[in-house]
Amino acid sequence: MNPTTFFIFTTLLKIVGIVFVVILPMVSYAVYAERKVSALIQDRLGPNRVGPAGLFQPIADAMKFLLKEDFTPAHVNKFYYWLAPCLAMVPAITTIAVVPFGSTLFGVPMVIADINVGVLFVFAIASLGVYGIVIGGWASNSKYPFLGGVRSTSQMISYELSLGLAVIPIFLLIGNLRLTEVVQYQIDHGWMIVPFAGDWRNPLAWLLAIPMWISFAVFAIAVFAETNRLPFDLPEAETELVGGYHTEYSSMKFALFFLGEYAAMITGSAIIVTLFLGGWHFPGIPDGSHGWIFGLINIFVFFAKIVVLLFIFIWVRFTLPRFRYDQLMRLGWVFFFEIALVNIFCVAAILAFHAPPFPKHGLQADESDHGIPGGKMGPAVA
Amino acid sequence: MTPNPYLFIIVFVGVALVFPVIPLGLAWLWRRFFQPSKPGMEKNATYECGVESLGDAQIQFRSQYYLYAIIFLIFDVEAIFLVPFAVAFTGLPVGAFIAILIFLLLLLEGLIWAWGKGCLNWAK
Amino acid sequence: MPSFLFWLFAGVMLIFGALVIINRNPIASALSLVVCFLGLAALFMSLDAFFIGIIQVLVYAGAVMVLFLFIIMLLDLRAEERRTMNWVAFTGGFVVAVSLLVQILAVISRTQMAKQTFPPLASPQTDDVRNVGLLLFGHYNLPFQVIGVLILVATVGVIVLSKRQLR
Repeated sequence: MNPTTFFIFTTLLKIVGIVFVVILPMVSYAVYAERKVSALIQDRLGPNRVGPAGLFQPIADAMKFLLKEDFTPAHVNKFYYWLAPCLAMVPAITTIAVVPFGSTLFGVPMVIADINVGVLFVFAIASLGVYGIVIGGWASNSKYPFLGGVRSTSQMISYELSLGLAVIPIFLLIGNLRLTEVVQYQIDHGWMIVPFAGDWRNPLAWLLAIPMWISFAVFAIAVFAETNRLPFDLPEAETELVGGYHTEYSSMKFALFFLGEYAAMITGSAIIVTLFLGGWHFPGIPDGSHGWIFGLINIFVFFAKIVVLLFIFIWVRFTLPRFRYDQLMRLGWVFFFEIALVNIFCVAAILAFHAPPFPKHGLQADESDHGIPGGKMGPAVA
Repeated sequence: MTPNPYLFIIVFVGVALVFPVIPLGLAWLWRRFFQPSKPGMEKNATYECGVESLGDAQIQFRSQYYLYAIIFLIFDVEAIFLVPFAVAFTGLPVGAFIAILIFLLLLLEGLIWAWGKGCLNWAK
Repeated sequence: MPSFLFWLFAGVMLIFGALVIINRNPIASALSLVVCFLGLAALFMSLDAFFIGIIQVLVYAGAVMVLFLFIIMLLDLRAEERRTMNWVAFTGGFVVAVSLLVQILAVISRTQMAKQTFPPLASPQTDDVRNVGLLLFGHYNLPFQVIGVLILVATVGVIVLSKRQLR
C-alpha cells in the first residue's frame, strides 16, 4: 500500500471511528449520565429499569424517539423546521475534526485534520452553531420558541467574544494556532493551568499561572454559556419559555436538538481539555511512539478528561440556580469581556519581561512546518 | 505526498451532514409506512397556555437584541486582529506592542462609551 | 486542492448566490448567502489562504449574517412575500447583468495574460497567520491604527443612530 492510500485510508477510518464509535455512544451515554448523576445529587435512583443499573436506557430512548409520531405542525415553515435540527447537530460534530484526541497509534497521528488555523476553525464552526437554534425558533412560528431562539442567539454571540479573547494568552505563549502544537507545548512546559511545571525556579512562570487561571475560568464559563447549559440556560428556561427553541419539536427532530446540545458539550470539553488541560498528555505516560499500548492509553486519557469535565457540567447544572437574562448579558459584556481583555495585557507584559519558555520552533515556524500533518509525525510507512 | 488536511475537513463535514440525516430519514420512513395519520385541530395548534393563540409569532421583537448583534460584530473584528498579533508576538518589535495597546484602548473606550450610553444594560 | 473541488465550490457559490436574489423569503435569501460565504471560504482555502478563509466564515457567516437575520426578523416578512415581481425592473436588471458579463468576457479574451496558464503556486511552507501578524504589526502600524479609529467611529455611529431610532 503506498503512503497516500494508507494516509487516506487511515484518515477515513479515523473519521468513521470518531463519529460513530466515540461521539455517538458518548452523546447517548452523556444523557444517561446526566440522569444518573442528577439522581445521585437529588438523592433519587435515576433510570434503573432497562438493563443492569439502567445501562440500556439510551437504546430504549433511541427506540422511543424513532417510534414516536413524526409530527410536523401545520403552522410551521416546513423546510426550515426540518433543516434546523440538522443545523444544530452539524457544527457540534464538525469541531472535533481538528482536535488531537491522542498521540499516535501505530505511527498514525490521532487527529483527523491537523490544520494551521486550528483554534480559529473551532471558533468559526462554533459561530455557525447559532443558525440551528435561531432557524428552529423562527420556523416554529410560535411565541415561546421564537423568544428562545432570539435569546439564545444573543447570548451565544455575547459569550463568543469572551471565548475568543480568553484563548489569546495561550497563543501569545505558544505563537501557533495549531492544536497539536498547543498539546506539544503543554507536554514540554506543563499544562496551561500549571505553566510553571516545566520551569520551577522562575518566579515569572509562577506569576503566569494567575492570568492562565483567569483565562481558563473565563473560557470554561463561556463554554457553559455557548452550550446553553445551566446557569446560562435562559433560551430553554422551562419556567418561562416552556422548552425554548424546541418547544414545537417532537420525536426524532427534538432528539437531534437534544443530542446536539450534548455533542456541543462534548466538543466544548474536548477544546477545554486540549487548550488548558494538556490534551492527551498525562504526567508519566509516554506517547504512542513507545508502543501501541501507550497510544491507546493516551486516547483513553483524553476521553477520561472529557468525562471528568462532563461530570462537572452536570454537577453545575444541578447545583447553581439560573441567571436572570439581563444579569447574564451584563455579566458577559461588562465583566467577562473586560477581564479577558485585561488578561491579554497581563500575559503580554509578563512575557515581555522574562525570556519566556517559547518552543524551539517559535521563530523558525516559517521555514519548518506547514499545513501537512505528515510533516513531523506522519505515517511511518514512507 | 500526503493530501491536504482540508480535504478531510470537507469529508468530515460531509459525514457530519449525513449524521443527523440518517435518524431523521429513519423516523420519516417509519411514519411513512407504519404510522396511522391522525391529524386534529388540537394537535396542530400552536403550543401555548391552552388559550387560543393570538396573532403571528414571526413578529418584530425587542430591538435590544439587534443592538447587541451590532456591537458583537464590531468587537468580533477587533478580536480577530488580536489573533495574528498573538501568534506573531515572539517576532515583533516593542512598537507593535504599543500599537496594539493603543488599538485596544481605542476599542475599550468605545465599549465604555457604549456602556455609559446604556447600550449594554438590558433593563431600562 | 483538486480542481473538481474548485468546480464544486464555485458551483455552490453561483447557485446559492443566484438563490439569494431568486428567493422571495428574506430568511431563505440570508441562509443562501451564508452557504455562498462558506463556498467562498472553501475557495480561499484552496488558494492556501487559510487565515482569510477562516475569517470569512467567522466574521461574515458567523457575525454579519446573524446580524442580517436579526434585522430581517425585525421586518415584516409577509409584506415581502406578497410583493409581486416588477417585470420592467427585472428585464432592466437582466439586460444590465448580461451586458456586464459580455463586457468582462470581451476584455478578458483580449488580454494576453488571460491566455497563459499560471504556474502552480509554491506549496505553503509558512504559517500564514504568523506572517499576517508580522507584516501587519511590523510594517503597517499606522494603517492599523486608522482601522482602530474607524472601528471606534463605527461603534459610536451605530449606537447614536440606533439609540435615536429607539426613541
